[in-house]
Amino acid sequence: MVEWTQEERVIIKEIFSKLNYEDVGPKSLCRILVVYPWTQRYFAHFGNLYNPEMILANPKIANHGVVVFRGLEMAVQNMDNIKNTYANLSKLHSEKLHVDPDNFQLLADCITIVIATKMRSAFTPEKQATWYKFLSVVVSALSKQYF
Amino acid sequence: MSLTAKDKSIVKAFWGKASSKADDIGAEAFGRMLTVYPQTKTYFASWSDLSPGSAAVKKHGRTIMGGIAEAVGHIDDLTGGLASLSELHAFKLRVDPANFKILAHNLIVVLALFFPADFTPEVHMAVDKFFQNVAWALSEKYR
Repeated sequence: MVEWTQEERVIIKEIFSKLNYEDVGPKSLCRILVVYPWTQRYFAHFGNLYNPEMILANPKIANHGVVVFRGLEMAVQNMDNIKNTYANLSKLHSEKLHVDPDNFQLLADCITIVIATKMRSAFTPEKQATWYKFLSVVVSALSKQYF
Repeated sequence: MSLTAKDKSIVKAFWGKASSKADDIGAEAFGRMLTVYPQTKTYFASWSDLSPGSAAVKKHGRTIMGGIAEAVGHIDDLTGGLASLSELHAFKLRVDPANFKILAHNLIVVLALFFPADFTPEVHMAVDKFFQNVAWALSEKYR
């Protein structure tokens, strides 16, 4: 059972409130597809992923980046129950999408980097620690329904 | 995933921009690693002040960046160039190599924070590969 301090809740909600999903979503997804190109295996049906410029211009990738952040928003709104909130999403990723759960950590890292470029020095070590805790819980919950 | 000629030139070009802030980068990354991944503090149990911004953390950040600079200088032969650093980490410090990845992640967060426009996905990939190869060279003498 994850315990959140009041301070941690405030930090997570504050970081989220400043995010423009249409901006950070596509950027995060583009980053994982470029930095860890094997992740493109899950998006072969999205069309042109030939190079970084094409990936960033791809409207399906842009759309999916927003979908990812709307998914994260569910966790922010249910911080005391992320595991159950994500039960169906986890099954989806396991049974339908067949995503290797190691990829969740890679995307989490790319999201963190994009947020660092936005917040810069406002992304203090303490905020980074809280953000890392939040994403670790998300990654764990998404990996729960795999067998 | 060995470094291509393109990776090496991207890393050297980016280091050209970043190296003037090497001390700050090192101190920030090291401080963040200790804060965000507290298990890494186990290697510094004898230090009295492990808070980000402390004199000891800043100093060690500089030491780490000295090693990174060394690695950039030996980018064509990391195993040879980092041999004595590898011996240090293997026989004296005995740092579990899993931690190299953790430090690399924190270096990358700080690079993104300091250079948001320059740290594009392509640069990120080359630097990530570079740090992976540095970690590999540092682990060379372990067993």
